[in-house]
Amino acid sequence: MDRRRFIHSSAATAAGLAIPHRLLAVDSELPAGAVASSVLDALPGKRPLIKRTFRPPNYETPVALFRDPFTANDAFYVRWHMGVPDLTLAKWRLRVSGAAAKAAREYPLTELQRRFPLHEVAAVNQCSGNRRGLFDPHVPGVQWGYGAMGNAAWRGVRLKDVLDDAGLAASAVEVTANGADAPTLTGPDFVKSLPMWKALDADTLIAFEMNGEPLSRWHGFPARLVVPGWTATYWVKALTELAVLDKPFDGFWMKTAYRVPKNVFGPSRFESQDSEQNSPITAIRVNSLIIDPPPDATLAPRKRVELLGIAWDGGSGIRSVEASIDGGATWREASLDRDLGRYSWRHWRFRFEAPQSGSITLMARARANDGSTQVDALIANPAGYHHNVVQKAEYRVA
Amino acid sequence: MWRKRGLRESLLASMLIIPVHATAADETAIALADGPGRDQVQAACSMCHSLDYIVMNSPIQDQAGWDKTVKKMVTVFGAPLTAEESSAIVAYLARHYGK
Repeated sequence: MDRRRFIHSSAATAAGLAIPHRLLAVDSELPAGAVASSVLDALPGKRPLIKRTFRPPNYETPVALFRDPFTANDAFYVRWHMGVPDLTLAKWRLRVSGAAAKAAREYPLTELQRRFPLHEVAAVNQCSGNRRGLFDPHVPGVQWGYGAMGNAAWRGVRLKDVLDDAGLAASAVEVTANGADAPTLTGPDFVKSLPMWKALDADTLIAFEMNGEPLSRWHGFPARLVVPGWTATYWVKALTELAVLDKPFDGFWMKTAYRVPKNVFGPSRFESQDSEQNSPITAIRVNSLIIDPPPDATLAPRKRVELLGIAWDGGSGIRSVEASIDGGATWREASLDRDLGRYSWRHWRFRFEAPQSGSITLMARARANDGSTQVDALIANPAGYHHNVVQKAEYRVA
Repeated sequence: MWRKRGLRESLLASMLIIPVHATAADETAIALADGPGRDQVQAACSMCHSLDYIVMNSPIQDQAGWDKTVKKMVTVFGAPLTAEESSAIVAYLARHYGK
């Protein structure tokens, strides 16, 4: 198995253990300390993932696991800002309130499931900071490679139905979502808000199932927001409180964190949170990823290769994927696998023949139905978001 | 329909996963570089997070960058540090984990 991968840990080094370490192509782009401090580690109930930080747990999915249409629950990346809540269903309630809610409501999970129609959506969940570790120059934050994302079938009830049950006043401008996670010291609680149009979208869910199973604690048991098309910062886990506000929410995690320079990545469509200088990060940018053969593989001379990859965007769907084997001089269309829904990623395949010797550089570029396409050069931004640079995968031929 | 296929393929994928030689990994084994200020760094930073955050974010920030990070920990997240403690921490981080 040539994909055997060991990431040496500072822990192992300190203990004098010799852990064989094979550099992946991605590791040469990450900060040296990020490579040194990463290790394959399994959280309870999960398979081994790339540990970026232990506490709070931030674990990344190895790219090889993106071969599947849906990412297995035990392979799905894990990302928390604070301690992971350990909730019991008997005590859990979802509370709905706020200045622009006509009535306050409180629901046990069974009541949510009984009162509102169930809805399922296939959607990519991608951390805002996915690929931050590949930024050049590097920026501080969790140094993710390519794997702070996954695709799943999410099942739950529509946020709209629950909000309508409480009743929306005409003054409603945003809905906030708060989870059971809490800061260790006095820091700001992790609370996010959505504009009304996104909160009321028919695909925005209060989900309690992921790929046909109840959410695990790592993914927000017993219920989380699912905000298809938008980065995962809005997909609040271990959800306990919704509030309908008559003015923009001014919490740290909206006003200060998760911001991008204004108009650099297109309009945010979240005007109530825009400032003069910047906007909240919102929709996922069109992107693609080569999965197999992995970019550090060696190809046999004249071998016919079928390249497998994925492509996704913020919800317009993938129109096409083009690939180049000559450094971008000429491009040929890849074939797209089945469409699993506009918020899902889509697998693609590209056939080519390896040269007689030397190396070959593959490039892939996705185009979305809204006409947007991946960028040729990184768009720098302080927090390291929206890395969707056209990938160059180099294969040795031997 | 696609869910069924997804589960089957997930199962297949799980069989492809090679066993990992487990490093009995946990945050207590993270060893920061020896030097003045290390004890303060360990005590202060580990109140809220594991120390791999420091190693992971290196070498990225210079002294001014680490100063900004530590200030954020104090002013936003409430790290209970005196100005003297903060500057000792910044000096250590810049020296051992600076760019």
